Amino acid sequence: MTGAGGAGMQAAGTVTRIQPSRGWSWGELADLWRYRELVYFLVWRDVKVRYKQTLLGAGWAILKPFLSMVIFTLVFAGLAKLETDGAPAPVFYYAGLLPWVLFQDGVSKAGNSLVTGSHLITKVYFPRVAIPIASVVAGVVDFALALLVLFGLMAYYGVTGSTSLGTIPLFLILALITAMGAGLWLSALNVSYRDVGYVTPFLLQAWLYASPIAYSAAIIPEGMARTIYALNPMAGVVQGFRWAVLGTGQPPLELLLVSTAAAVLLLVSGALYFRRMERTFADVV
Amino acid sequence: MSGPAIRVEDLGKLYRIGSMPTGYRTLRDSIVGGVRRLAGRGDRSAPETIWALRHVSFDVEPGKVLGIVGRNGAGKSTLLKILSRVTDPTEGWAQIAGRVGSLLEVGTGFHPELTGRENIYLNGAILGMRRREIDARFGEIVGFAEVERFIDTPVKRYSSGMYLRLAFSVAAHLEPEILLVDEVLAVGDAEFQRKCLGKMSEVARQGRTILFVSHNMSAILRLTEETIVLDQGRLVLRAPTAEAVDFYLASGMQQSGERTWAEGVGPFRPLALRILNRRGQVVPQVAAVEPCVIEFEYDLGQDLSGLRVGLYLSTGRGEPVFTSFDTDDPQIYDRFRVRRAGRYRSRCTLPANWLNEGRFVVGVNASSFGIQSYFTDEHALAFTVDGTGAPGSQWAEPRRGPLRPALEWEIAQAVR
Repeated sequence: MTGAGGAGMQAAGTVTRIQPSRGWSWGELADLWRYRELVYFLVWRDVKVRYKQTLLGAGWAILKPFLSMVIFTLVFAGLAKLETDGAPAPVFYYAGLLPWVLFQDGVSKAGNSLVTGSHLITKVYFPRVAIPIASVVAGVVDFALALLVLFGLMAYYGVTGSTSLGTIPLFLILALITAMGAGLWLSALNVSYRDVGYVTPFLLQAWLYASPIAYSAAIIPEGMARTIYALNPMAGVVQGFRWAVLGTGQPPLELLLVSTAAAVLLLVSGALYFRRMERTFADVV
Repeated sequence: MSGPAIRVEDLGKLYRIGSMPTGYRTLRDSIVGGVRRLAGRGDRSAPETIWALRHVSFDVEPGKVLGIVGRNGAGKSTLLKILSRVTDPTEGWAQIAGRVGSLLEVGTGFHPELTGRENIYLNGAILGMRRREIDARFGEIVGFAEVERFIDTPVKRYSSGMYLRLAFSVAAHLEPEILLVDEVLAVGDAEFQRKCLGKMSEVARQGRTILFVSHNMSAILRLTEETIVLDQGRLVLRAPTAEAVDFYLASGMQQSGERTWAEGVGPFRPLALRILNRRGQVVPQVAAVEPCVIEFEYDLGQDLSGLRVGLYLSTGRGEPVFTSFDTDDPQIYDRFRVRRAGRYRSRCTLPANWLNEGRFVVGVNASSFGIQSYFTDEHALAFTVDGTGAPGSQWAEPRRGPLRPALEWEIAQAVR
């Protein structure tokens, strides 16, 4: 649709050509920009609806990472006596779980988003990518609420933090890029293969243990092993986020570099695959 | 601005039959298929395909309202889906000058938990409206839908009528240069339909271009000047609407009093639909003064529970007359709670002195309520009713309405 500036501003000669599409075109991105308000409304819908008819409402945004933190503290710090980089265990685990929960929710919601939104896809045109993007972005509201609790925990345990706290938005963005990359892949695959619904929980579980949440990335040997480990973008996100919160030692630069490259690769490949499958969504979903 | 508002050239859409309605593959199918192909074994022939639309070309000048008619599966909806960019064409191209709005199904994207106000914004954004535009028309939208008092109530608490009105209202205030309309009038009560038609004529008068798909011939006749007829994906006629509607009604239906289907597969397989006169003969024309029987014969490929097989009767111009199912009677429903696999005939009798003279269309439907629809053909067979001797035929005048019943009248003189 070429509805540039609303009916009033419609340029007289805007002509849309419809033909069998091939390849990638920049028109797609321009379309997404034109439909940015739709992305906003979809995010807003997801946020509004997420905790409707629940007793605790938005409290779940806080409880989910908080309860996981309690379990992780009891099991991994209490029983298994794992190192927590010298930080209080609750702060250590909560700081790791915060970006993880954002990622996990984003990926699982985005993965299902096209199938859940099939009634939209088969009826109206808009850039399909708006749907998974909105699912991922909606998690930021939960993240912001849970972040307040993190500051409370830090105050309680006397973790003062440092200027490194200012880098938190960078890791938030990296987590979103990773979640969108994985979300685009899974949502597009899910349209053709409903197996995705069954695979995703296992994938996320494996991904959780492949990321330094229950343990510190410091236990991974330096060198080749660390580089391979960093290919998991969430390794960089979690370790980096934790560094930003605790502010101790050097930032994990090498890890971050590799993880960022991997995250961008995941996003670009996801976008390309999504684009390739997009034209068939309405026919097969 | 010059040139047509819509230009369609040699447009075609190919569907793989396997992927037609709900054909998502499982990962295993794809892997197995891929391995077979790599191994050079297995089925190398192309999968079975069907052209839902082919070699379709036409232009529409700005400000014109073009009707599109055709039987189910003729390609009407596919055409609108391509023009609204929901799906890609396989070949050919189309060019559209201006913003396109589609009324393919009202209420797309409504969320039951959100209030009326919230849904207006959400639905408007989905249909391509800017926030400013919605702000500007908000009052109009709410007024047209007559839901002012409930605008901050979640729409899940709305009655179905309110819900429909609000949904239509949002879509109707989209104000695009080109409007694609598909069967929106199939829902809602008479009052709602009247209002929708009114709004659409208003939109047409404002000089917008409209493509209008409907099975409702009276709506097509009222709203459009020109109509195209699609049949099996081809454009078979473009003509002034009255001519096109006559052509469609005459060509689409068989005149024999019987419609048969090729043997198929699946749980429900229609075989034949017949009109029988009082003597049990298959006839294309029945007398209004005699009862007649509509008989539907079908095979069940498996046991089906809760199955109901029924008829839609409508006039030749598409106005519905009634809907009736073979298990409407609770006793019969109980007896056929599960219908075993096998061959069946469901038949019903239309009483004498009941239908008016004219052409009628029988549609058939087989479904389990709330579970699955197995088969639907809304235009399966047409027949004619001969009015000779019908109630009131001492006066040589046409009677209004699809029915011409013999009712019990009493005339009493009031005693003073």
